[in-house]
Amino acid sequence: MPDLLLELYSEEIPARMQAVAQENLKKLVTDMLVDAGLAYEGAKAFSSPRRLALAVHGLPLRQPDLREEKKGPRVGAPDGAIQGFLKSAGLKSISEAKVQEDKKGDFYVAVVERKGRPAVEVIAAIVPEVVRGFPWPKSMRWGAGSLTWVRPLSSIVCTFGPETEEPEVVPFEVGGIASGDVTHGHPVMAPSPIKVRRLDDYLQKLEKAKVVADRERRKASILTDAKNLTLAQGLELVDDEGLLEEVAGLVEWPVVLLGEFDKSYLDLPPEVIRATIRNNQKCFVLRDAKTGKLANKFVLVSNLEAKDGGAAIKAGNARVIRARLADAKFFWEQDRKIKLERREKKLADIVFHELLGTQAERVKRIARLAKEFAPIANANPIDAERAAKLAKADLVTEMVGEFPELQGLMGKYYALGEKFDSDIANAIEEHYKPQGPSDRVPTAPVSISVALADKIDTLVAFWAIGEKPTGSKDPYALRRAALGVVRIVLENRLRLPLLSQTISIHFAWVDDSIKRVQLAQAIEQERKGGGRTEITHVPLPIAATDSRQYDLLNFFADRLKVHLREQGARHDLVDAVFALPGQDDLLMIVRRVEALGKFLDTDDGKNLLVGYRRAANILRDEEKKDKKSHAGDPDAKLLKEPQEKALADAIGKTEKEVAAALKQEDFEAAMSAISKLRAPVDSFFDKVTVNADDPKLRENRLKLLDRIRAATRTVADFSKIGG
Amino acid sequence: MTDSPPPELSPQRSFQGLILTLQTYWAEQGCLILQPYDMEMGAGTFHPATTLRALGPRPWKAAYVQPSRRPKDGRYGENPNRLQHYYQFQVILKPSPDDIQALYLKSLAKIGIDQKTHDIRFVEDDWESPTLGAWGLGWECWCDGMEISQFTYFQQVAGFECAPVSGELTYGLERLAMYVQGVENVFDLNFNGRAGAEKVTYGDVFLQAEEEYSRYNFEAADTEMLFRHFKDAEEECKRLLKIGEKDKRHEMALPAYDQCIKASHIFNLLDARGVISVTERQSYILRVRELAKGCGAAWLKTTGGGAAALKA
Repeated sequence: MPDLLLELYSEEIPARMQAVAQENLKKLVTDMLVDAGLAYEGAKAFSSPRRLALAVHGLPLRQPDLREEKKGPRVGAPDGAIQGFLKSAGLKSISEAKVQEDKKGDFYVAVVERKGRPAVEVIAAIVPEVVRGFPWPKSMRWGAGSLTWVRPLSSIVCTFGPETEEPEVVPFEVGGIASGDVTHGHPVMAPSPIKVRRLDDYLQKLEKAKVVADRERRKASILTDAKNLTLAQGLELVDDEGLLEEVAGLVEWPVVLLGEFDKSYLDLPPEVIRATIRNNQKCFVLRDAKTGKLANKFVLVSNLEAKDGGAAIKAGNARVIRARLADAKFFWEQDRKIKLERREKKLADIVFHELLGTQAERVKRIARLAKEFAPIANANPIDAERAAKLAKADLVTEMVGEFPELQGLMGKYYALGEKFDSDIANAIEEHYKPQGPSDRVPTAPVSISVALADKIDTLVAFWAIGEKPTGSKDPYALRRAALGVVRIVLENRLRLPLLSQTISIHFAWVDDSIKRVQLAQAIEQERKGGGRTEITHVPLPIAATDSRQYDLLNFFADRLKVHLREQGARHDLVDAVFALPGQDDLLMIVRRVEALGKFLDTDDGKNLLVGYRRAANILRDEEKKDKKSHAGDPDAKLLKEPQEKALADAIGKTEKEVAAALKQEDFEAAMSAISKLRAPVDSFFDKVTVNADDPKLRENRLKLLDRIRAATRTVADFSKIGG
Repeated sequence: MTDSPPPELSPQRSFQGLILTLQTYWAEQGCLILQPYDMEMGAGTFHPATTLRALGPRPWKAAYVQPSRRPKDGRYGENPNRLQHYYQFQVILKPSPDDIQALYLKSLAKIGIDQKTHDIRFVEDDWESPTLGAWGLGWECWCDGMEISQFTYFQQVAGFECAPVSGELTYGLERLAMYVQGVENVFDLNFNGRAGAEKVTYGDVFLQAEEEYSRYNFEAADTEMLFRHFKDAEEECKRLLKIGEKDKRHEMALPAYDQCIKASHIFNLLDARGVISVTERQSYILRVRELAKGCGAAWLKTTGGGAAALKA
């Protein structure tokens, strides 16, 4: 079976795009091959800074022949329609079409028989289409042409043929580039053009020409070489998958070298050293294998076997790293000259969001909320407020300006330097946590208070201006913020009522911020226009729970469902609990869901669910028939059969027990109380006919069924339970 | 064989030798060697030989040194790497030739960066100038981990699509010189390549200027006056754009663009003085961009911009 080899050779492709592009190339080409009737056995894609390549193995030589019936217009349709049909079906005259009949009358059918085309022809059509429509995140034109690619595309290799024969070049042209069988190796170490036939010799010849086309192999070789280089010195690489991926996208022939910087820079926080060396220089930091502390060495990956063994490359990189570390040290020293508390003024210059005002305004709100939340987390409210006030101060430090990912962490270092309590310093770092589903959740009381306040302020603020996530768009990471709240609450077992007055008031605070922004803008307009507008500052409205807060609660409910589902819980149970009125406490909801899940795993639970459904179904049908509800207490005097008396008694008792258990928030006990209904419900359905002839008896029994439904609703809405 | 330059003009020995070598090389590649534009600007890209010539269909190849002023980057001469006034060597090739990368690498070899010893890398760096309404894709070019040039394929300038596309190369001359001379402090660069009493350093020429201009930029510039001048330049630019328009052609695109350059530099000065708030900043940038767009549109109505000549 023949194989296809395709290589798109270009100027340097951004590192971050290569891995995705390689998979896109594979998917686009193979999908189109399959759509064209060319099934294949296997495919593998490759990428490096200068090339995307794809090998498709085991393709047929030609497409299968096709027979297709094309339905046309009615017999007697206007000429335009007939002509259009002839054109699309490729017929010369209408006499070539068959006439068939259906309900509406006679119509034309063209039978199109298509001979399968040679695979080479199909590929020659597919590849230019893929090239023209390739989904680069950003693409460009160059020279005088109009083709777009991520960077200028220089040449294309495209060969096709069986393993045993000399493959042929698949002939096509795209954007003035004709396909061929010539590629290029390392521009400095092997500048001559290389003629290739198929995947095996392609990879081999490239390797000889100092190019490793397979990015996984480049990654592996970087790691192995780095290990060999550092092990002897008692050092180990600080793992960095992201950097490894990036570096593998910057070199075609990785040559690993070990560089060094002055020990005095080790006084800087290790995260700062790492950020400096990693972000700016794309080099790996190393740590002492014994102590775990950062070493004054780094690993760099060059793209060259240099004449001097890499001495100049090492020296050059070390020089830049030295200058960068000197900058970092300068920032570190400068930053510590200004106290965090004094940075508040600068925060007032930074707009957080054009409708929501400045960072300073935001900090005030967070501080208020952190103080309110402190009791929930068992924190000292004064500490929580203080920590919140400092939490964003590092955003205006030089270091965070240079390395935004160090936000929070630098705040902690600077706070410790100013002798703040470690609780407060840690809260500055941890209030951003958790950043994602695998990030650590803060557990210290002050950290919890500020972390909750920060996230809830963000959510409330964006809810207030109607900027909610839609579909895949969530530019302010609001889903992450809500999930963060869910995890903090659950993992720390906190009681945070989301319909509480505290949050209602917070909506009012945000509204106030919004009005202030509008006011400032109106004043600015007025100043510019030279006119005068009457502006009265609207007083704070009285905070009431409004629809926005309910909407936000629903958003939390969705996040909670996603979270529980990921942990293996049944989301229908979450729905069953959420359907109860007044459920705004995430922890209680989850505990209820857990208890409900356990209960439904027991025989009592399963049977009670069956009994409930029977009751609910009968009620639904009968209420529909009677066009009225059968709610209300049954008349004790009309209870005739012993089973219905027993059931009525049991319901009364159960409801009391459930209420008592719920008051204690003992959901297990509530479930076990409700489970006592199982036996009386079962025997009721065994012995008692609901639809009695006597309408009074029937009415009374329906009421009894409604009581079953009502009783279960004290623990969950059983109608939402699936399975 | 050409005569080799005297040793003091070797690019590894002198700053001026580096400039001369680059000029000679690019002249050999068919570029016009232009002189710096006689106005204050933040980057070589602002020179009309780049901004305006990148627009329209006519081919263009030029290279020049452009003094670049970034008032905010001043450090009173105390930082070994930062200057408020420095030099860029700018090359513009329109349309971008297929071998533009090879041409660039050869220029590095000319100034003593041997690619068999040094690791040259093209690292993603997309370029955008909000004030010029321009963007392009390209790289920063690294030599042994240090950024020595910017490489951009212009896609849009002054809000107009570039067709054909220009390739722009910008060498940061001081950095490059520091690298090839092996010097850690910019003020220690050997300017003239001579030794002993005849040696002149970069610091001898520019240290005092860095100190004085840092004072001016950060402390002394009269902001009231600058605000006024910004407005003047803006109004003059708009006026010229308006009155220069004649029968679908434009007769004063270049003088109008000068005012745009001026407004942009005054904005940078005001920014350095810290008198432009965050919200205002954006609106100033937009105002300059409006001017740039107007100038680009006007340029496209001139002979240089490729407009057909009026029939007599």
